[in-house]
Amino acid sequence: MNEIRKDLPAMVEKMPAFSQSVHRVIQLTSDINSDPKALVEVIQHDPILMMRILKLVNSPYFGLAQKISSINHAIVYIGINTVKNLALSAAVIGVLPSTNAAGFDMDGFLRHSLSTAIIARIIARKSGVQERDVFDYFLSGLLHDFGKIVFAHFLPHEFQKALALAKEEGIHFYEAEQRVFTVDHTQIGSLLGEKWNLPSHLVACLRQHHDHDQEHSLIIDAVSAANQISKELKLGDSGESMIENIPKRISDLFGMEMAGIIASLGDVNGEMEKAMVFIK
Amino acid sequence: MKIRFWGVRGSIPSPGPQTVRYGGNTTCIEVETDDGQTIILDAGTGIQPLAQSLLKKMPLSCSILLTHTHWDHIQGLPFFIPIFVPLNNIRIYGAFDPVLQRDIRDVLSRQMEYCYFPVREAELKADIHYSSLSEGQALEIGSARITNIIMNHTVINFGYRIDCGGKSVFFTGDNETLYNIYHPGDDYYDEYESLIAQKNRLLVDFIRGVDILIADSAYTEQEYEAKKGWGHGTYEKCIALAREAGAKALYFTHHEPQRSDEELDRIHDGLRTLSGSTAELPCVIASEGLEILV
Repeated sequence: MNEIRKDLPAMVEKMPAFSQSVHRVIQLTSDINSDPKALVEVIQHDPILMMRILKLVNSPYFGLAQKISSINHAIVYIGINTVKNLALSAAVIGVLPSTNAAGFDMDGFLRHSLSTAIIARIIARKSGVQERDVFDYFLSGLLHDFGKIVFAHFLPHEFQKALALAKEEGIHFYEAEQRVFTVDHTQIGSLLGEKWNLPSHLVACLRQHHDHDQEHSLIIDAVSAANQISKELKLGDSGESMIENIPKRISDLFGMEMAGIIASLGDVNGEMEKAMVFIK
Repeated sequence: MKIRFWGVRGSIPSPGPQTVRYGGNTTCIEVETDDGQTIILDAGTGIQPLAQSLLKKMPLSCSILLTHTHWDHIQGLPFFIPIFVPLNNIRIYGAFDPVLQRDIRDVLSRQMEYCYFPVREAELKADIHYSSLSEGQALEIGSARITNIIMNHTVINFGYRIDCGGKSVFFTGDNETLYNIYHPGDDYYDEYESLIAQKNRLLVDFIRGVDILIADSAYTEQEYEAKKGWGHGTYEKCIALAREAGAKALYFTHHEPQRSDEELDRIHDGLRTLSGSTAELPCVIASEGLEILV
């Protein structure tokens, strides 16, 4: 094992936590009988989430006549159900990083992650996945490339080298990562997923979305397909320009190849624009 | 002003022998101003028979104010015949959807997409204007002035107040009286109480002195226990609001779909004891076809 590999667990350790509050918000908002007090408590213990929600509530989108100063105030004013739905969007999208590192185009990365999430969600719905599980597809799409952020953040110089290598030699970005770091973003991303205590099927998704040699669960195939479609549609920039085949299960499910699947997805751009508002 | 109820039912249309007298259509209220302007509050299935009555007025100019976009308040809109006829001028107002970031046109167009309806929004022939309103944004329609306030529901819901010729009407749309999510003794109980009091003051001031208060009274107090948080009011709480705001008359609407005519009669009889002297606050259970001149 070389120097860099020994560093990896330490790097992962230093990454910000996928906060407990995001887990709790997802949990609470998935339960029709959850106690509003519990939701308030979770939000209040996460200053960033709280600020994000208050910023939204006080934005021109709401156009409220009153300035809203606390989560309880928001619930009294716009109702618990609206706050609950806002919290879910704000919590999940807030997981995305906003800082720039290694000259990596973070805005492009954000768009790629978000579009993969949105497309994975559409594929899930079209495949008849139950609504309560659809969210996992979204989250997996959102996080599938997170390993790249670890590299960009802690090893910016090498990360730039990997980006250049992939471009010059026309190879997959994960191959370039393997040459530079001896590991790639799927491995480090799954380590991060474990640190964040993500459910094992989501960790598997981070780990195997480029692995086409074996049979996968539907969620991995859906995220893998969404990843390729996002690149094909040039929705953002993942640092990777090569497009792989759509997993066979997905093309079988849709009864068509990439172009046909894309045509059947509906207004992905419109969905993107709506979701972007939460991050800007 | 002339106010006419075309739909008084909540949630889902409920036709049948049990609902013949009060009616089974979902929410739709027509307000005709002193200078002959047509204002329509909500577009539940009651808007379909209303459309029939408006055909003779074509080319029609009217304004549709949506309290919110839950199905029972918009599901009649694709069947509002004037939207298909050229030269009609229809203005539609409602809240922007801040959660999914969609304006009122986008929200309404979706119910006319290919899989739901044979005619797409883009194919409608009338001149239709959409406006997303923000809270407190006032509108002038002829001699009427319309203002709105956010009520407590499971989605952004505007209560609308229409003032015209010195008379006024307020419609809550769907509304649940605010309640404290904490228990006495909890850390935030007092703070929450004062936030509720502050919001209630805004509401009471907004409604103060209206001639007609039309309010969501889906439940009895007994039923409410199992429906807390669902976003609807009770008869008793509507009476309390009307009293506090000094409303001159109260009309109950958003009747439960299962509620039979006999049951509504019984509830009405029971309210006389609840509301004390009915001379002081006339309380009426709204029914389809009921017309009020104010």
